[in-house]
Amino acid sequence: MRRAVLIWLALAAAAVAALGIALLSGSSRILPAEIWQGLVDPGQSLAGDVIGKLRLPRALAAFAAGGLLALAGALMQVLLRNPLADPYVLGFSGGAAVGALGAMLAGLGAVFVNLGAAAGALAAIVLVFGLAKRDFARQQLQAQAAGALDASPRLLLTGVILGSGWSAIIALMLTLGPEAKLRGMLFWLMGDLNGVDNWMPAMAMLLLVVVLAYARARELNLMLRGEIVAHALGVDVTALRRRIYLLASIATALAVTTGGSIGFIGLVVPHALRLLFGNDQRVLLPACALAGGTLLLLADTAARTVVAPMQLPVGVIMAIIGVPSFVFLLMRRRT
Amino acid sequence: MSAQQALIECAGITLGVGEGAGARTLVRELNLTVRPGELWCMLGANGVGKTTLLHALAGLRVAQAGGVRLQGEALGRRSLAQEARLRGFLPQLLHDAFSASVLEVVMMGRYPHLSRWQWEGEGDRDAALGALAAVDLQGFAGRDVLTLSGGERQRVAIAALLAQDAPLLLLDEPLTHLDLRHQVQVLRHLGGLAANRGKGVLMSLHDLNLVARFASHVLIFTADGALLQGPVAQVMTEQVLYEAFGHRVIKVEAAGQTLFVAE
Repeated sequence: MRRAVLIWLALAAAAVAALGIALLSGSSRILPAEIWQGLVDPGQSLAGDVIGKLRLPRALAAFAAGGLLALAGALMQVLLRNPLADPYVLGFSGGAAVGALGAMLAGLGAVFVNLGAAAGALAAIVLVFGLAKRDFARQQLQAQAAGALDASPRLLLTGVILGSGWSAIIALMLTLGPEAKLRGMLFWLMGDLNGVDNWMPAMAMLLLVVVLAYARARELNLMLRGEIVAHALGVDVTALRRRIYLLASIATALAVTTGGSIGFIGLVVPHALRLLFGNDQRVLLPACALAGGTLLLLADTAARTVVAPMQLPVGVIMAIIGVPSFVFLLMRRRT
Repeated sequence: MSAQQALIECAGITLGVGEGAGARTLVRELNLTVRPGELWCMLGANGVGKTTLLHALAGLRVAQAGGVRLQGEALGRRSLAQEARLRGFLPQLLHDAFSASVLEVVMMGRYPHLSRWQWEGEGDRDAALGALAAVDLQGFAGRDVLTLSGGERQRVAIAALLAQDAPLLLLDEPLTHLDLRHQVQVLRHLGGLAANRGKGVLMSLHDLNLVARFASHVLIFTADGALLQGPVAQVMTEQVLYEAFGHRVIKVEAAGQTLFVAE
């Protein structure tokens, strides 16, 4: 318990530091002293305006989206008992992308793009749940006890197949869409936090998911050892599976609605933390929220500064960090 | 608890697997009572229904007929956590996809004894370390379960069951992958729990000689679906074993023990 608190405090300190860096970096030079002034009283100066209306909302949105994605990834890995699972493995981001791109094609504004993403993600979530209903039903445990196929591969396959369906629709939209809109659509697909100012829903959801997931963390530890073992120790496995699915999918939906389908965070952060701190979900889940948020915040700061005044999609930065780290993890697993 | 109160009772339970044309009834109207101090072994050919019965007793499947009572209360009437404090179950197949330390895995056996927000304390740690010592895994507490051999992993699972400290232990082929010394050690420990601490044990086992040596009672599944039960010496006869396995077995008295030799 003491160790867990120390880990969380260290990660929280890193998050605060990352926030400081994010607020200080950018095309207009702002001094550390002006940050405080900008935070308490944003209307007073130009610096205050930049901090309060541009950098702070974007930084908080990046943190919330990163935290949600890392958390959703960790939960998906437990739900599917598969180390390679990430928040998008069941095709939620595909659904969100179809919704968001559809809104862009229709020429609707940013609010509707977000609404479209949310609606698409929800559609994908409901679709996977409906099709894999049997894996969430009470009989599943009994079937598994009788030696039937483990629940997880079927749920996973359902999601993967639907995901390819969504990808096909996305490809169709990109093909048929007018050239002028392609750039925005591609940015959305890579994940982009440019111009995001509404951070509150994602942050509120992050807090909620951390608390609700933490409350079940010990049960999740048992689930990782197998559903029959968990049941024998007194875990209501069926209810727990539904709950994890719900938490992970809502977290993913909100993150994607905020920043598009930013990759790798949900895969790399939980694995890196497992290597560093072990696989006790009570430690890991809050740590994922903090570290995922910090990482995406730093990546987004890089995305808007490295080739300034141009902005990169933050998904590109994440992929540049994510691919080598993941290859490293895979190499390490073999030994 | 009086010494004679049943830890678990089956009253006329019938169990089957499959659906439609492939459906098979494995267990027909079984009455079985396990009391404190008894060590039951189940013997029978592959696929005869030993695991299915254990799953029914562990609350993983519902009997088609008849009922199971855990310490006087029908299964499912108590919460799952309450049941887990009264009954432990070691499944046959273990599969780890993620790493965890041996101590963490054994400590999971303490889950039913802790409340939602509670972390394991010194007492739980001691219980886990004691359980590891009982299966001869002292010094393994910090090892990653993914690095263990099959037999070591099985002993970790047994240790988690011991740490759970339930009055009734159900074990599905607990000696899988274990070497000779650890087979005997685990059975001796389980026998000690039954004899000295009033635990009840029910497990499936394939080694006739270990059954003859350590079990107090046997439940034998014969090939024609009959179930024979009772004290070891009365039930384990050459004729019954032949009916169960379809293979002749000769009973020999040697070195002060009863031995069964396959023909």
